[in-house]
Amino acid sequence: MSIQGTEDIILEVKNLQTIFKTDTGDVRAVDGVSFKLPKGKTIGIVGESGSGKSITSLSILQLLASNGKITNGEVLYKGDDLLKLTENQMRKLRGNEISMIFQEPMTSLNPVYTVGQQISEALMLHQNMSKKDAFIRSVELLQLVGIPSPDKRVKNYPFELSGGMRQRVMIAMSLACDPEILVADEPTTALDVTIQAQILELIKELQDRLGMSVIFITHDLGVVAETCDYVAVMYAGQVVEYSDIRTLFHQPKLPYTIGLLKSLPRHDIEQDKLEPIKGNVPSPHEMPVGCRFSPRCPAATDLCRTKMPQLETDENGNQVRCWIYTDEWTGEAEVDIYGETRIAKSGGAKTVLPD
Amino acid sequence: MEKQELLKVEGLKQYFPIKGGFLGRTVNHVKAVDDISFTIYEGETVSIVGESGCGKSTTGRAILRLEEPTEGKVEFRGVDLAGLSKRDMRKYRKDLQIIFQDPYASINPRQTVASVLTEAMDIQKVLPANERRGRAEELLETVGLLPYQADRFPHEFSGGQRQRIGIARALSVNPQLIICDEAVSALDVSIQAQVLNLLEELQDEFKLTYLFISHDLGVVRHISDRIIVMYLGKIVEIADKYSLFENPKHPYTKALLSAIPIPDPDKKKERIVLRGDVPSPIDPPSGCRFHTRCPYATEKCQVDVPELRTASSMKEGHEAACHYIEEIESGEKQPNY
Amino acid sequence: MTKYIIRRLIQTIPVLIGVTILVFSLMHLVPGDPAQIVAGEGASEQTVENIRERLGLNESIPVQYGRFLGNAVQGDLGSSVRSGRPVMDEIGSRFWVTVELAFYSTIVAVFLGLIAGIVSAVRHYTLADTSIMIVALFGLSMPNFWFGLLLIQWFAIGNWMPESLEFLKMRPSGWGDSWRQIILPVLTLGTGGAAIIARMTRSSMLEVIGQDYIRTARAKGVSERIVTYRHALKNALIPVVTVVGLEFGGFLGGAVLTETIFAINGMGRLTIDAIRTRDFPVVQGTVLVISVIFVLVNLLVDISYRLLNKRIDLN
Repeated sequence: MSIQGTEDIILEVKNLQTIFKTDTGDVRAVDGVSFKLPKGKTIGIVGESGSGKSITSLSILQLLASNGKITNGEVLYKGDDLLKLTENQMRKLRGNEISMIFQEPMTSLNPVYTVGQQISEALMLHQNMSKKDAFIRSVELLQLVGIPSPDKRVKNYPFELSGGMRQRVMIAMSLACDPEILVADEPTTALDVTIQAQILELIKELQDRLGMSVIFITHDLGVVAETCDYVAVMYAGQVVEYSDIRTLFHQPKLPYTIGLLKSLPRHDIEQDKLEPIKGNVPSPHEMPVGCRFSPRCPAATDLCRTKMPQLETDENGNQVRCWIYTDEWTGEAEVDIYGETRIAKSGGAKTVLPD
Repeated sequence: MEKQELLKVEGLKQYFPIKGGFLGRTVNHVKAVDDISFTIYEGETVSIVGESGCGKSTTGRAILRLEEPTEGKVEFRGVDLAGLSKRDMRKYRKDLQIIFQDPYASINPRQTVASVLTEAMDIQKVLPANERRGRAEELLETVGLLPYQADRFPHEFSGGQRQRIGIARALSVNPQLIICDEAVSALDVSIQAQVLNLLEELQDEFKLTYLFISHDLGVVRHISDRIIVMYLGKIVEIADKYSLFENPKHPYTKALLSAIPIPDPDKKKERIVLRGDVPSPIDPPSGCRFHTRCPYATEKCQVDVPELRTASSMKEGHEAACHYIEEIESGEKQPNY
Repeated sequence: MTKYIIRRLIQTIPVLIGVTILVFSLMHLVPGDPAQIVAGEGASEQTVENIRERLGLNESIPVQYGRFLGNAVQGDLGSSVRSGRPVMDEIGSRFWVTVELAFYSTIVAVFLGLIAGIVSAVRHYTLADTSIMIVALFGLSMPNFWFGLLLIQWFAIGNWMPESLEFLKMRPSGWGDSWRQIILPVLTLGTGGAAIIARMTRSSMLEVIGQDYIRTARAKGVSERIVTYRHALKNALIPVVTVVGLEFGGFLGGAVLTETIFAINGMGRLTIDAIRTRDFPVVQGTVLVISVIFVLVNLLVDISYRLLNKRIDLN
């Protein structure tokens, strides 16, 4: 699976930077995020809390809180930079061509309007439907997302529905105008695992049927493995590794990604001991000077601690932000990372990495 | 080695009244935990898993009498805690400690870490007063913090560090059983692994017994010796870790396990997607509580409550509450959907 | 819902009984012999005795209370000591004057308060927000009577107005003959309430604007104006309704000063006059009527709150 080449890229984010003004100074919540979303595919943005993954998704739709500001970068949708659009033009895209669902189905629906009213709103807004037509379409959409007796449910208020049902309503709402891109921000995190299975299944099925592209934001590597074609791993506001799903899980390059996979307790296999990553995520006010993972990295050298690595693309189109895979690397040729061995680029001349 | 019983729960029920009507009479009950029994042996880790509303946290709280159980026995080393007076119960509080999901909510934000720890020791009269400060610093080191951090306030720590403080507080009174109620659920994976490893090390060092309450089956597989699966206030399956994950018998356990995404894109397995939502525990379904969502349910399941039992294909100590273990196994019964 | 209303109605009974006890005790809490106070200093022993007889003060307190309650339920609040007319007749038309005053004041308070609150919330931390909140703080802190006197000075008595503005000239006293009598007292009474509503609306709006469902609405491509008025306001108004109801009740009682300043013949003035002349039955009557209205308004507020906020039904 190659990212470059023939595939049609529907969305490309280039070097995105978003800052938040706070009482204690500016916080660079997103600081160098780049990735490509091929048409009809799913990209996962995975990271721990504070990695900036949610801010990235809100930045794409320009839905940041009032103290947030995009200071740099491009968000190319079908070739046009969304960051150059006026608020009016942007509004015509939101909920229409690019729509979004959120983590908390319990609080993401307006409590004082019925489900039908909330779904109809987007239809009336973007497709100039009459109230009556929008209502009929709402019932169809509820049916589409698998809500039983949709003609009755359409008149329900959100509090009358369970969490899983509400997330289905959110999905129905986001699909109302047949979007090109669905941005799903932790859509199953607040749900129980059997309900999560239902929702993941639903999103996949709808994607196949409607041919939309999906950006899936999550902290759950299991969910990523199951739903995504490509993954961007984020750490401390940056994309640090970007690759196709197989490579990421079987041959991750970045020490952080390897550590993340080694820390994950699995239910499907027996593990002796977890290999935790030591230390904590850096505070956004005191970012390390060099590689942001260097204070926690088992392989960090002086180079890592003093100079920030760039996101470098390899021959398969996969990307990694790590000095090990550059010519400047001065450490060992074979680097031991959480019990796994990776071949450094400067030493790679001697040992060829089996593909 | 002879296994020593530490905690024995028998016929535990926890009903919460629902008020209503004109004068706020009790009109119904939430049957959060409805007649469950199990035993925990010394030095082992038993987990209770299940989805929200299954009663797993309520069970933990009822054992500690944080809420008075409606019915049933909770024997700790042969003494029925549920029957003790409040005063006598206090003496046992030091033996049974609990760690919550959000340690911040259970720590007074205006207390330094040292005073949080020494206060716990003071209440239980664990050490002479002049030795407590030293012990507090020792405990911080035990849980991977630094002694000089004793005079800091909770908000100066990260989520993972606060959970370590919660653990240190539980340890400060030399408990025998620690109930971990979703203790690592709110933590990021890399931090969660640190805390899980810490809990394992402490278990070896202090001969601790854990009752681990969690919805995360990955965590549970990693830490447990035995696992209890609950659904709507009832135990549906109880087994050692290996049997539960490799040879699950109850249709709910199977569905639950199959629902968890595997962090390996090449490992696709048969998924049993359950229909519908968990019913309300106010009026739980008759018979087997899972029958409304079970792909194998028959009329019998709607009427007869299945008992926990060990079928011939199951190891000793592995029990499941299903009428049709054998039939499902032999393929005689096929799913209805 | 009907069940809820019935339950709430039943719950008001003990409150009303409490109110009657308090009102009844008024007479007995005043230091000294009520009969003597009513009669005034220097009255003859016989007069005092007659008054005591007429007010039924010779009997035991529980018997007196029983009779008071029994009569009150039938709409008999006794007779004025001064005029000799039944208290109900004394209250009569004055009651409607006060209700009108309170009603118009509520409308003014809601109108000004909502607009100020919404503008403040939508433009929070801007100059507009700060100015509105400073004005609101003035509105809150300025004593009613003082504001009323200022208004009279400016718009009714003062001679600063150029001829072209003369049509703005208000009348400083009375009620019900002309709209020129209504505006000043209504402003006097309403501005304090407007300030409270403005602050309440602002904080409620700010809270709602931070909610997830507002973000959902924006993600749908809804314009900021519709987000504010359709999605945020309806939710933000729920707590404001409670305040509005309480204000209306408060205006009924608070009308005392305003009515005095503007020489409006309402219940407030009746009460003041009755207090001044030690006319206990009238004081009891007006306080009781206002209290009962207050309790009923509260009940209405609770019911409308429930209608607005459907989620409460769940609990």
